[in-house]
Amino acid sequence: MTTAAATAGERTAKAKPATMAQALGRALRDSMAEDPSVHVLGEDVGTLGGVFRITDGLAKEFGDARCTDTPLAEAGILGAAVGMAMYGLRPVVEMQFDAFAYPAFEQLISHVAKMRNRTGGAMPLPITVRVPYGGGIGGVEHHSDSSEAYYMATPGLHVVTPATVEDAYGLLRASIASDDPVVFLEPKRLYWSKADWSPQAPSAVEPIGRAVVRRPGRSATLITYGPSLPVCMEAAEAAVEEGWDLEVVDLRSLVPFDDETVAASVRRTGRAVVVHESTGFGGPGGEIAARITERCFHHLEAPVLRVAGFDIPYPPPMQERHHLPGVDRVLDAVARLQWEADS
Amino acid sequence: MTVQELPGAAAYRPTPPPAWKPLTDPAPLLPDPEPYRVLGTDAVADTDPELLLRLYAELVRGRRYNAQATALTKQGRLAVYPSSTGQEACEIAAALVLEERDWLFPSYRDTLAAVARGLDPVEALTLLRGDRHTGYDPREHRIAPLCTPLATQLPHAVGLAHAARLKGDDVVALAMVGDGGTSEGDFHEALNFAAVWRAPVVFLVQNNGFAISVPLAKQTAAPSLAHKAVGYGMPGRLVDGNDAAAVHQVLSEAVSRARRGEGPTLVEAVTYRMDAHTNADDATRYRGDSEVEAWRAHDPVRILERELTGRRLLDDEGIEEARMAAERMAAGLRERMNADPVLDPMDLFAHVYAEQTTQLREQAARLRVELDAEHDQPDGLSTDDGGARR
Repeated sequence: MTTAAATAGERTAKAKPATMAQALGRALRDSMAEDPSVHVLGEDVGTLGGVFRITDGLAKEFGDARCTDTPLAEAGILGAAVGMAMYGLRPVVEMQFDAFAYPAFEQLISHVAKMRNRTGGAMPLPITVRVPYGGGIGGVEHHSDSSEAYYMATPGLHVVTPATVEDAYGLLRASIASDDPVVFLEPKRLYWSKADWSPQAPSAVEPIGRAVVRRPGRSATLITYGPSLPVCMEAAEAAVEEGWDLEVVDLRSLVPFDDETVAASVRRTGRAVVVHESTGFGGPGGEIAARITERCFHHLEAPVLRVAGFDIPYPPPMQERHHLPGVDRVLDAVARLQWEADS
Repeated sequence: MTVQELPGAAAYRPTPPPAWKPLTDPAPLLPDPEPYRVLGTDAVADTDPELLLRLYAELVRGRRYNAQATALTKQGRLAVYPSSTGQEACEIAAALVLEERDWLFPSYRDTLAAVARGLDPVEALTLLRGDRHTGYDPREHRIAPLCTPLATQLPHAVGLAHAARLKGDDVVALAMVGDGGTSEGDFHEALNFAAVWRAPVVFLVQNNGFAISVPLAKQTAAPSLAHKAVGYGMPGRLVDGNDAAAVHQVLSEAVSRARRGEGPTLVEAVTYRMDAHTNADDATRYRGDSEVEAWRAHDPVRILERELTGRRLLDDEGIEEARMAAERMAAGLRERMNADPVLDPMDLFAHVYAEQTTQLREQAARLRVELDAEHDQPDGLSTDDGGARR
């Protein structure tokens, strides 16, 4: 390699602190630049750049026709995206907040999820539905829902949720490139989380459906995703003092579900806690715990526990800290994993 | 004493708020008070006789198709059939106004429009037969899957037409919906998007009087369904839905308008569903014979036939010819529908995702084992190792 090339390579590859929001915006930009069929549409995504500024600059760079401010109507946005995808475009839809996506549920469930199946494979719909989700940002009601269980219960959808800056970029690129519809859940309280990341030489684009071990450990596995990953990482560090060496698995994708990585981890550690902030009853944790039990029963030293949000409508912002599972609640569950010894 | 009358107070002169100005002049958007008609009026002189004869032949075929499909439900060959008898003029005109490159977005009642557009009559019935959801490739025929939820296909038509225009393609989408469907939120959102985007879409509302059993008066308080167009900033057109020539003309104008880049049109065709909602419905519970009889006198096939015979464009021989062609179609349909479809249960897993998930692969393997066991034991008796040995 010549000196000049090495210098250029160093310059472009140099990692600087970047936020998850920036990485998501970069993923959209790179996807649009690479593939002219990628179109962004939603409320306020154009001139304003989105209320979280994820789409900032896209309308300017690619024009209104490719980054479109739509009328305020979620079913219309997603329904129009279906037609656009039927004609060969690759729409990326922004649902401004989690609960704002509910008017579009019929389009999502009856059409987006099923078009490939209904048409015997003749008409796949490569649509990415970006949904900022979850709490912890002091939002008033209908701005903090964790709606992943609804999406998980619908065959035909992929459900993807990044927890790191790198994954925000890589998984969004993979979602847009996917020939199947993806509900891309963006943990909005991690939008401003930072990591050293180089937009010029972005990390590898991960295929959808692979979990990753974020922290290896031997005494128990914390299984989590999205907004709860930093909570679990902190809990794992804190648990060291208690003599617990916790493994942390970041699911990254709820559908498809990576049974292999999860089961391998639990077989190693013999104990598991599923951590998420959506409600426990009927929530993702129940499904995950059942899958672990089916696969790892003879390896388990204790019941699979769940640390979830309470089974209540998302609370008002001044109360949300009581609802959201924090480090203490995770550590409390970890303590309960000594079940066998106690009983 | 009012405030304005207080001694020394300056008189209040109301002015409009600074930002207010009308976005669109409503007058040209308003529908005519009476449904537009061609048959039996002077307008018929301007209609191509060839077109009238073609419409007639298709109407006769369509009527026979509806009768045959309804008969197939009685033989258990179709799970359900929502007949469009009485509405054939709308169905046929919708199919005939479109160019090959255009797209049709039918509702569940619009099998006839799909067939008139050239879809194989058996493929058009797979949804209603129950063997597969959509028996054809929508891209090949430019016909979206028959849509069972109400009005949800309308935003698809808007998105597709919008995408075509973005790509520089000269394509129009025609979306069909019933009077009940106009109450759905997706109807509103689709029309609003179409008007704001000036998408090349035509919305055809077949107002057949009832949403299953609920009459129009309980569905809307609007002067007509065509009037709804004004609120979106698109023209509304009211047409006699049993007058095939009128529906064809109004839809042709709307399609041309869309193709010229002038945006969407809402067409309300006033018609009547002569049969029940489906073969499973009892229409006598919500409407009387006299109403049905009044509409029978305005039957779309008969009024066109009278026009054509009156103008000596059609004679008994021509009528018989059309009837025989329809009979041949019906016989072919009967014969093909009487054959049991060959289905592969493994197809259940084939088209959920582009690539099967590990979970689906496991489930597919389980079904395979069950199927193999069935195959080994046609009498239904199980054996100890019937499935386990695989």
